[in-house]
Amino acid sequence: MMLLSGDPPRSRVLTIVLLVIILALAATPFIFPGAKAMNVAAKICIFAALVASYDLLLGYTGTVSFAHTMFYGIGSYAIAIALYTMGPNWGAVATGIVIGLPLAALLALAIGLFSLRVAAIFFAMITLAVASAFQVLASQMSWLTGGEDGRSFQLPDLLRPGTVLIPKSLIGFEFNGRTLTFYLVFVASTLMILALLRVVNSPFGRVLQAIRENRFRAEALGFRTVFHLTYANCLAALVAASAGILNALWLRYAGPDTSLSFSIMLDILLMVVIGGMGTIYGAIIGAAIFILAQNYLQSLMGVASKAAGEAGLPLLPGLLHPDRWLLWLGLLFIASVYFFPTGVVGRLRSGRAGKTSDAAH
Amino acid sequence: MTDLLKLSGVHTHIGRYHILQGIDLVVPQGQTTMLLGRNGAGKTTSLRTIMGLWQASSGEITLAGERIEARTTPDIARLGVGYVPESMAVFSDLTVKENLVLAARDGPLDDKQLDWIFGFFPALRRFWLSRAGSLSGGQKQMLSIARAIVEPRKLLLIDEPTKGLAPAIVMALIECLKEIKRKGATILLVEQNFFAARELGDHVLVMDNGTIVHRGEMAALAADVPLQERLLGLSLEAHQ
Amino acid sequence: MTELAANDPLPKPKRDLAPILLPIALALAMIPLVGSTSSWVTLTVASLAMGMMIFIMASGLTLVFGLMDVLNFGHGAFIAVGAYIGTLILLPFAAAMQADSLLANLAVLVPAILLAMAVSGALGLVVERVLILPVYGQHLKQILMTTGGLIVAEQTMYAIWGPAIIPLPLPASLRGSFILGDVAIAKYRVLAMLVGLAVFIAIQLVLNRSKIGLLIRAGVENREMVEALGYRIRRLFLGVFMTGSALAGLGGVMWALYREQVHASMSDDLTVLIFIVVIIGGLGSIGGCFIGAILVAMVANYGGFLVPKLALVSNILLMVAILMWRPRGLYAVTSR
Repeated sequence: MMLLSGDPPRSRVLTIVLLVIILALAATPFIFPGAKAMNVAAKICIFAALVASYDLLLGYTGTVSFAHTMFYGIGSYAIAIALYTMGPNWGAVATGIVIGLPLAALLALAIGLFSLRVAAIFFAMITLAVASAFQVLASQMSWLTGGEDGRSFQLPDLLRPGTVLIPKSLIGFEFNGRTLTFYLVFVASTLMILALLRVVNSPFGRVLQAIRENRFRAEALGFRTVFHLTYANCLAALVAASAGILNALWLRYAGPDTSLSFSIMLDILLMVVIGGMGTIYGAIIGAAIFILAQNYLQSLMGVASKAAGEAGLPLLPGLLHPDRWLLWLGLLFIASVYFFPTGVVGRLRSGRAGKTSDAAH
Repeated sequence: MTDLLKLSGVHTHIGRYHILQGIDLVVPQGQTTMLLGRNGAGKTTSLRTIMGLWQASSGEITLAGERIEARTTPDIARLGVGYVPESMAVFSDLTVKENLVLAARDGPLDDKQLDWIFGFFPALRRFWLSRAGSLSGGQKQMLSIARAIVEPRKLLLIDEPTKGLAPAIVMALIECLKEIKRKGATILLVEQNFFAARELGDHVLVMDNGTIVHRGEMAALAADVPLQERLLGLSLEAHQ
Repeated sequence: MTELAANDPLPKPKRDLAPILLPIALALAMIPLVGSTSSWVTLTVASLAMGMMIFIMASGLTLVFGLMDVLNFGHGAFIAVGAYIGTLILLPFAAAMQADSLLANLAVLVPAILLAMAVSGALGLVVERVLILPVYGQHLKQILMTTGGLIVAEQTMYAIWGPAIIPLPLPASLRGSFILGDVAIAKYRVLAMLVGLAVFIAIQLVLNRSKIGLLIRAGVENREMVEALGYRIRRLFLGVFMTGSALAGLGGVMWALYREQVHASMSDDLTVLIFIVVIIGGLGSIGGCFIGAILVAMVANYGGFLVPKLALVSNILLMVAILMWRPRGLYAVTSR
């Protein structure tokens, strides 16, 4: 309870689903030791934290930002550039963190002060423009960022797969540097999500929700809404940048496609809406559904597409092509906004009558 | 004497606020009915509910025998209701002429009707091609009223036309409304200015807390100072 | 009644000229910076052509927002749809397109453009009914719904036309340049300018001279009062939305020919430019949108020539600068 800041999942099914996800993630290294399973699990952890930080903005303050991947990218690039230029040592990791996080926060502050005064719709447009400019900037400053190729780098010795920490003979599977990196990602993501839960259930979080419900009333009550929104924006940016750091550490790479592209922004939107806005827990569900679909739905669709092709159906093979999985998630996204705007979490919670009054709108 | 407009048991909620709490009223054909009451009593909400700008949550609204509480605003307007909102709502980017062209929904402006309007609103002729946004407050009010009468309407809903205007302009406006009355218009007029109400009203309704607390003849209320004080918290004497 | 007929002359509303002078001043200031006159002319023509195309694509978006407070984040999809639909006619009749006869070229180009506009407009009808109507008046859901629509539209285009870039050569008679002394002016840019100008004038005429236009302008200011006068603003809005979508389709074909290629994600960069244009112009203002489009194109062209690395970033700087000057855009629409 303390850990969850007094905001438990409030639905038995949801609790079970969350426990299954978290336990499966925690146990991945010794249940599914393959590289692909580890990658999927790590990505779910990182995106759960990233999406939860986005939920702080979208679900709790009602502002739509299209610049969230920018902060994620800043974290990724900061650590990548530091390790690339300074070599694989802990000093470089520290440097990346010390430069990346404040940079993200400052940029969030600047955007917030400049554009959070205006209506949500302006904010969405301005963040979209700023993010796309940042993307262009990053790809053009290739001397620093590696341009379209990005930056690959080596991790410090301790985190390398070759470093065996506990041999297989002792615990049944090999606990190496890669495993350690995985748990680093897992623990850090968990801590960030718990911290976000704390934030949204603090008095500050309640003010944010009051602003979402009625900005004028919140202002009339004496809250400096721009200050609160900017502060939330900075917090979200910090978490996003941290998630970016984890992402780069896990991939040992930072590039435009993995950490900065607009499609990641759309992925985040899909995850937060499908999972459930304004719940934080929705981020875990959304990330799990989305990334599992991304990695496993495609092969399913490949089979279906082939079958449709062999049956001679028009258009269907194209629509079911594995690369079109996003089409179906897009439809699911629209359906969720329309039919169950509180997402999976809201659905599960509304199973228990009377307990959903404070779920997101 | 028939009743053109009839509300029975009308409730209106705005968000979670219960503004109209069971309104029953009638507006007789060819007469002017005043709707008085303190600020926040629900006068403007009553007009907006009749106009369909707020949806009545329950109750019946009948205009010339037709039920209108579920109709949309444009449909209600097309049944022959002219609306002059409290904020006047002239289209400030459009000229005076363009404002009136839009108000004449069924076709070109009728010269005779225009001449009649110019008769008591000469400023509108002078500023015919000026942007409505550059008019003075009184002139905007005239334009807003002119918009409602540029074509014959069965019923006029007018919300506080004298609000914020200089006393001399108020006097002139009262004369204009009297002229419109003489043409046989049916008017439901919200007014805070008791002097204007006494000059114009045939009947009077007084609202408080979302209900009608008094209905009767205007002349009777004007003559009964204690009743005025009880209903409105002011008397005609004190006001003058 | 004397007070009513007061004889004080009405103050003439001042025409707000500063925004109009802005692009002119910018162009003139660039003469010494660019150096050569012929480069300056080329850049200026390129700016105007690009600006006109962006204006065509953005005009619908700004009107739709002004009228109904609806911002379609999927507007860019109409652009790509228009371009793809254009190829349905342009590619099979490539021979006529490559014939060196303006008439033969136009005989293919005009139907292609009309079809593209018709399909984009029809798609606009679907989008308005399915995605926007249910979340009417809720900004957050509008943004989400239309973004979802964008994802679905882009993916569907990939499914139909495949992920490859489709090359789309210019018709023979529109290739090349007019040569005036040492200045070369690309023919297609001249055409783009003419079409853009024609669209601008047509929109202005409709807005200022027709009753529909009066209704749109009145509705931008106060839609409730328009309804209280007995007009069904939803139908008007649907008409504007479809027109805006059709114009985006027109812009899509023109842009595809300008770049000589079609791709499902071609609208992504354009969407950003269009948003910047609509913001700096003042949401809901056609005049502001026109000037904004020219400004953005000028910054892109002059900037691309002078400091190539800063092309897109310079648009952000432009936006920041203009919003510092006028926080609601060049022409703030009254009452919002």
